[in-house]
Amino acid sequence: MDVEEKRRISLVVNGRKIEREVSPRKHLGDFLREDLRLTGTHLGCEHGVCGSCTVIADGVLVRSCLMLAIQADGMVLRTVEGLAEPDGTLHPIQEAFHEKHGLQCGFCTPGMLTTLAAVIEENPSIDEAGIREAISGNICRCTGYETIVDAALSAAATMRQGA
Amino acid sequence: MKAPPFAYHDPRSVEELTGLLGTLENVRILAGGQSLMPMLNMRYSMPDHVVDINRIADLDYVRRVEGGLRIGAMTRQRTLERDPLVAQYAPVLVEALHWVGHVQTRSRGTFGGSLCHLDPASEQPCVAALFDATLHVAGARGERDVSIHDWVLGYMTPAIEPDEALVGITLRTWDGPHGYGFEEFARRHGDYAIVAAGALVALDGAGKISRAAISIAGVDVKPIRLTEAETMLTGGPADAGAIAAAAEVARGLECMSDAQISGDYRRRLATTLTRRALDKAVKRARG
Ligand SMILES: Cc1cc2nc3c(=O)[nH]c(=O)nc-3n(C[C@@H](O)[C@H](O)[C@H](O)COP(=O)(O)OP(=O)(O)OC[C@H]3O[C@@H](n4cnc5c(N)ncnc54)[C@H](O)[C@@H]3O)c2cc1C
Ligand code: FES
Ligand code: FES
Repeated sequence: MDVEEKRRISLVVNGRKIEREVSPRKHLGDFLREDLRLTGTHLGCEHGVCGSCTVIADGVLVRSCLMLAIQADGMVLRTVEGLAEPDGTLHPIQEAFHEKHGLQCGFCTPGMLTTLAAVIEENPSIDEAGIREAISGNICRCTGYETIVDAALSAAATMRQGA
Repeated sequence: MKAPPFAYHDPRSVEELTGLLGTLENVRILAGGQSLMPMLNMRYSMPDHVVDINRIADLDYVRRVEGGLRIGAMTRQRTLERDPLVAQYAPVLVEALHWVGHVQTRSRGTFGGSLCHLDPASEQPCVAALFDATLHVAGARGERDVSIHDWVLGYMTPAIEPDEALVGITLRTWDGPHGYGFEEFARRHGDYAIVAAGALVALDGAGKISRAAISIAGVDVKPIRLTEAETMLTGGPADAGAIAAAAEVARGLECMSDAQISGDYRRRLATTLTRRALDKAVKRARG
């Protein structure tokens, strides 16, 4: 294949309607970072094992390195940049990461935040085992996970009160 | 990392799909992408054409059919985990899926993709073998059925032609009450199993075993049914001694061996996991 035919896609990212031409081989993580300049989504391994590229697509968690951008045509995406309110108020999970020291270098953090935001929003009564299971697909080389789990439990408690 | 350049096709129907497969050369079908996308990103796979089947709505379903449960090839693992028909007729599949990857991979990964990818340690072909599944394949020359027992030709090689696609899988689910168990050992939760074992057990009115099925993944390139143990158990008591004796059959299996894991270790795991899976199945059969 010498000539790659680009295609026009339209999608909603963090509430914003986007239309772009993409080459079919570009994965969604690269599209978010390079084309939309949403560099909050991190790419660690680009073969599905680290979880740092996790985004929320039509309400479900996906690895953005394992989806083509072209496949997101028509989808509604939420990335780490879209977790806070438009006025800058942090999502409870972001607030809790700050409070509980849920990050050190921050590389894994976008994937941790999107994963935890989605699972806690779906089930604010989630227990510690459920949280550990949810982040079993997210690798962190710094924290030892304990502070991340603390933050998640604390955010879940906040969200239960808020509900 | 970047996938190699390819032409992209996204058919909307099975007819359109088989039409494309019949005319294009060097094609890869893209299902959930949880195995193919890494291979593209690392350029282990260099197709000229990628045919994405995610927009074929007709390939995503779970249906009760004569003699079992038919599952569309594009049905996602996440959907199966939550499907009421699967929970009722094939709960062992739900238990097995819990071991498959992570919440972020089960959201995209499909049952059909797993049965075409055929990692020897994968849980889904193992469950398909447990239920003597029939695989429905479509191509330009029409549809044909293949038994799961004839499906694996060799290491990660399904009995399918380049111009064909897997469209559905029928699990021969059991009528009547039965117990089930799925057990596995992997170094980290979410990794492929080293060895996994699934078991189904039905009891008669007197509490004796009237039917048993045992399927093991990770010992060979394809899932292995432990038929000798199934025969030993049938008609006998459902007690610890019978279960342990049946599980011992696994100790005689020919097992793959590699740099990390010896055949001996796999045999030990197969024996222990079979015993545990049978144990669970019998307990659940008793209710
Ligand atoms: C981090 C991680 C952990 C994982 N852990 C496990 C695990 O523990 N157990 C496990 O079983 N799997 C595991 N997987 C893989 C699993 O998620 C995949 O779903 C599965 O192996 C392939 O399914 P897919 O739908 O993603 O297929 P794809 O990746 O899209 O395709 C896989 C192959 O099958 C072919 N194919 C797909 N569908 C069809 C079809 N209908 N007809 C013909 N050919 C087809 C493709 O061309 C390709 O060659 C893991 C993946 C990741 C990223
Ligand atoms: S970059 Fe996607 S899982 Fe590692
Ligand atoms: S904070 Fe550094 S990898 Fe998790």
